[in-house]
Amino acid sequence: MNPLLAAPAAIAQPTPHELALSGSWTARGIGAIEPQLAALSAPAKPELVVDGARIEALDTAGAWVLQKLLRRLRDEGTAVQVRDLRPGFAKLLEIVGREVAGRTGAPIPVSGAPSSMLEGLGQGAEAAFKQAVALLSFIGESAIAFAGCIAHPSRFRWRPILYNIRSAGFDALPIVGLLSFLLGIVVAYQGADQLRRYGANIFVADLVGLSMLREFAPLIVALIVAGRSGSAYAAQIGTMSVTEEIDAMRTLGIAPLDLLVLPKILALLVALPLLTVFADVLGVFGGMIMAHVQLDVGYGEFLDRFVKAVSPTAFLIGICKAPVFAAIIAVVGCFQGFRTRGGADSVGRHTTLSVVQATFLVIVADALFSIAFSALGL
Amino acid sequence: MQSTTQDETVIEISQVSTRFGDHVVHSGIDLEVRRAEIFALIGGSGSGKSTLLREMILLQRPDSGSIRVLGADLQALGDDDAIALRRRWGVMFQHGGLFGALTVTENVGLPLREHTGLADGLIDEIAAWKLSMTGLEPEVGAQYPSELSGGMMKRASLARALALDPELLFLDEPTAGLDPDSAGGVDQLVRRLRDLFGLTIVMITHDLDLLWQVADRVAVLGEGRVQGVGSMSELSRMDNPAIRKFFGGPRGRAAQEQEQQQAGARSSGEPGRPPSKPK
Repeated sequence: MNPLLAAPAAIAQPTPHELALSGSWTARGIGAIEPQLAALSAPAKPELVVDGARIEALDTAGAWVLQKLLRRLRDEGTAVQVRDLRPGFAKLLEIVGREVAGRTGAPIPVSGAPSSMLEGLGQGAEAAFKQAVALLSFIGESAIAFAGCIAHPSRFRWRPILYNIRSAGFDALPIVGLLSFLLGIVVAYQGADQLRRYGANIFVADLVGLSMLREFAPLIVALIVAGRSGSAYAAQIGTMSVTEEIDAMRTLGIAPLDLLVLPKILALLVALPLLTVFADVLGVFGGMIMAHVQLDVGYGEFLDRFVKAVSPTAFLIGICKAPVFAAIIAVVGCFQGFRTRGGADSVGRHTTLSVVQATFLVIVADALFSIAFSALGL
Repeated sequence: MQSTTQDETVIEISQVSTRFGDHVVHSGIDLEVRRAEIFALIGGSGSGKSTLLREMILLQRPDSGSIRVLGADLQALGDDDAIALRRRWGVMFQHGGLFGALTVTENVGLPLREHTGLADGLIDEIAAWKLSMTGLEPEVGAQYPSELSGGMMKRASLARALALDPELLFLDEPTAGLDPDSAGGVDQLVRRLRDLFGLTIVMITHDLDLLWQVADRVAVLGEGRVQGVGSMSELSRMDNPAIRKFFGGPRGRAAQEQEQQQAGARSSGEPGRPPSKPK
């Protein structure tokens, strides 16, 4: 440790017209005496001697504080004289004194007054509106890029598509399987008590089959993929735009949408329905085990009833939601990635936003599906 | 700011060797940096300048050899001593290393906020002053690093390195990527800091003007070793081919001629940076 940091700065007033300074007047030493300095007032006599002989260390922060004190006393009409400073300290104090003199009256920049609630609401609404417009234009650009790829199929990038199917689809199988299996168990378990009360044990197959196939499997798959892959898309593209990789791609004549966005959207469009089928199977399997344990419904009985109760329509309704969710997740993830500006902080914020918005939009879309299907009588 | 003898050694590097896998970066480097001198490290790409700098500032350990900085042996340093030592030096990184989530003033005030008990108002005042010391306008303080140009970013980074009044300042490529005018400003700033506060400055640079005008001593690294140490005019008289490369090219010769022209002018008055040669 630096021995000079040992004694903190101190100030004493042995007589009304004398100030004795001691200790280390450094950034680390002066913290404690600041209030004391502020309370210090000019003596009745209009002259004051500052004795700096026992100052052990002085740095620019200490010199700054000292000069401010001296200037204040001087402005209050006291003739101040500093004596017995070490030569090096005197030089530093003089340099800093020139700076203080040069800066008095310099306005300290204020970072915008706190806005009123109404103003904040308006700004928030405007930002949300602008973001919605930007999202729409991003969807439009992606659609144009897709149309271009359809017109010239050689523009499709097969390797990234396959890679994304593996990372977002195949690699997600264990977590999707486990969670939908648990969800099937929970649904059967919660229903078991009610069904037993009416002696309607066998209807557990209706309950598990319809709820898993129509609602839960596509939803749980979409939520897992939004958390797993949507966030990864936003972070990847966001980091690339911060490090100017996106700009480099544009200048090299490679369309970022072709290389980064379309493969991700197409990969999810393929992977999500497949994952949903997988989740259907595991969810119903979990329900079947719980039906056997809790309600004494045999596996054969369960499957017989399942085939009668659950029509192919219910299965297809679940599957047809999956591509819509896939498009939402991929588009929102990539969109937030492209909106990243600045640095690491922005990458984090937009990654979070991508998950929040994708989850929100997926659930909204699911609700709209429910309304549409009930209107259609499906 | 302590009163010390002029010839005291601040950094002592002896027999430092570093390798990454099979790639040998340093094989036995010996160097000394004295108090209050401006010391420059030069060398071609991959000659291990940046690695040596990182080893001096405790970001990396050499495989063998010892480095002493401000009297402390970096190899045998405990955690508390390392923190105490880090407060005594400042580092300006090549790309600034400013925190993107904080404004420039907050960046500069961060070391003070972290290591001292000063009031917030005073910290902001000192930060604003350090910013103006490095030649930045007061308005810059409220901006975020992503809004700054490259030169402003370097100045803000320098202001942060100076926040705790270090005794030792490390500069990584202080003028790289700057326009000639800003680079000239950095020349003067570095010299002024040394003259005002007696700072010891260690820098990595390829800027020949900076080397000729500002550096007291220069070490040339090459092939894992120190090829030569001395002032620029001493180095320019050496026959080592690794050193000759730096002086042989047209840019090297131009900078040398300018220095010689200035040698006369300097005795008569204040040295101004000559108009930069076309790049």
